[in-house]
Amino acid sequence: MKSLHAQHHALADAGYQLTVLSQAEAEGARLPSFASQLRESGLLPLQPTGLSVMQINVGKMCNQTCRHCHVDAGPDRTEIMTRETMQLCLDALAATDIEVVDLTGGAPEMNPDFRWLVEQISALGRQTIVRCNLTIIVANPKYHDLPEFFARHRVRVVSSLPHFSATRTDAQRGEGVFARSIRALRMLNEVGYGVENSGLTLDLVYNPSGAFLPGSQAGLERDFKQRLAREQGVAFNSLLAITNLPISRFLDYLLETGNYAGYMDKLVAAYNPAAAANVMCRTTLSIGWDGLLYDCDFNQMLELPVHATAPQHIRDFNLEALLGRSIVINQHCFGCTAGAGSSCGGATV
Amino acid sequence: MDNATYYNPADLAKFGNITAWQQEMGSKFFAYYAEVFKEGALSEREKALIALAVAHAVQCPYCIDAYTTDSLQKGADEAQMMEAVHVAAAIKGGSALVHGVQMMNKAKELTM
Repeated sequence: MKSLHAQHHALADAGYQLTVLSQAEAEGARLPSFASQLRESGLLPLQPTGLSVMQINVGKMCNQTCRHCHVDAGPDRTEIMTRETMQLCLDALAATDIEVVDLTGGAPEMNPDFRWLVEQISALGRQTIVRCNLTIIVANPKYHDLPEFFARHRVRVVSSLPHFSATRTDAQRGEGVFARSIRALRMLNEVGYGVENSGLTLDLVYNPSGAFLPGSQAGLERDFKQRLAREQGVAFNSLLAITNLPISRFLDYLLETGNYAGYMDKLVAAYNPAAAANVMCRTTLSIGWDGLLYDCDFNQMLELPVHATAPQHIRDFNLEALLGRSIVINQHCFGCTAGAGSSCGGATV
Repeated sequence: MDNATYYNPADLAKFGNITAWQQEMGSKFFAYYAEVFKEGALSEREKALIALAVAHAVQCPYCIDAYTTDSLQKGADEAQMMEAVHVAAAIKGGSALVHGVQMMNKAKELTM
């Protein structure tokens, strides 16, 4: 499967995605705007409450081409962060007390400077999260030692596994992905990840493999733990339930299958003011592969930069100006405020 | 009205409107309904699968749509959902067949 970008698909254009999202609003004003919902909740303009997570997208290159990917990542994507831009991120990090650096992609491990970056973050005494797709660990011998490398730097590994059954997982992430993911999970368990009292954290990300919302995070976690332990002999720490946002390839899937209107209805009907108050963009700064700044990884993919009052590039990092900004919102934000809420850390309520 | 059917999928979303003509009973029903589906001695996923099986037994198209979605949301996969439907089928089939005993009793009563 090729990325939308490689297919020259209309939805590869962020502007076109925003047009689709705003059309649903215009058609008979069927859906309320996200801004009007926030206003009713007393949250407009949405503003940061602090800055505790620097999320760096180190590139769109990936060994997988998942059907729901909001990044439109894949083997055919070549956009990748340089070491110079990484250094700018580290300079900003050193000048603040941001506790956590969340590395994402694509498959972040495919960036040739990935390990160097993790070492530098470690040297600054900050916590690194790696959003590891699991299969990268077994994709090539040069990645087989990633579990040991992660353990050495006490990296928190956060990995996608949409289901404990091969059918559901492979339907979303590609044929054979479940089996390879289980192999990688066993390798992570072998070095202590997910093992009680090891101090090495392995969290799994559940996101629905279709046009439905995630159920209770606690209930899903219990089922995943039981089934993965019993059937695969695999252990992990926590399950993070994440809602699919209607952008990029998931938006393509929704439109292709006639599920778009129904899915937006579900998101809007499930709007939860408590989840809106806890959205992750209030404590996160997202940095693109080219150093541009965004409120979240989804805004990054929609090419919606941070508000013009804030610095636009990591080289101009200014904590005070960033903390005073208004967060840029659009219709896709309904994905983070539905039900128990959704963030890169799972449910928020 | 050429496309009119007895079951309109859009009506499912209007279920809550039944309170309009009988507020107290309707509200009590929905409060009870919400309580039933909360996590208890059974997990939410197990309850969704039971509801899916019952939906097939009572042949309610609204319920089948609703509890197929709900089962997926609660983390069930295709194998679990189809097994739940087989449970409904086994009970429906079994309930027909077990009356065969009554038929046999009656036939024995009437025949030499």
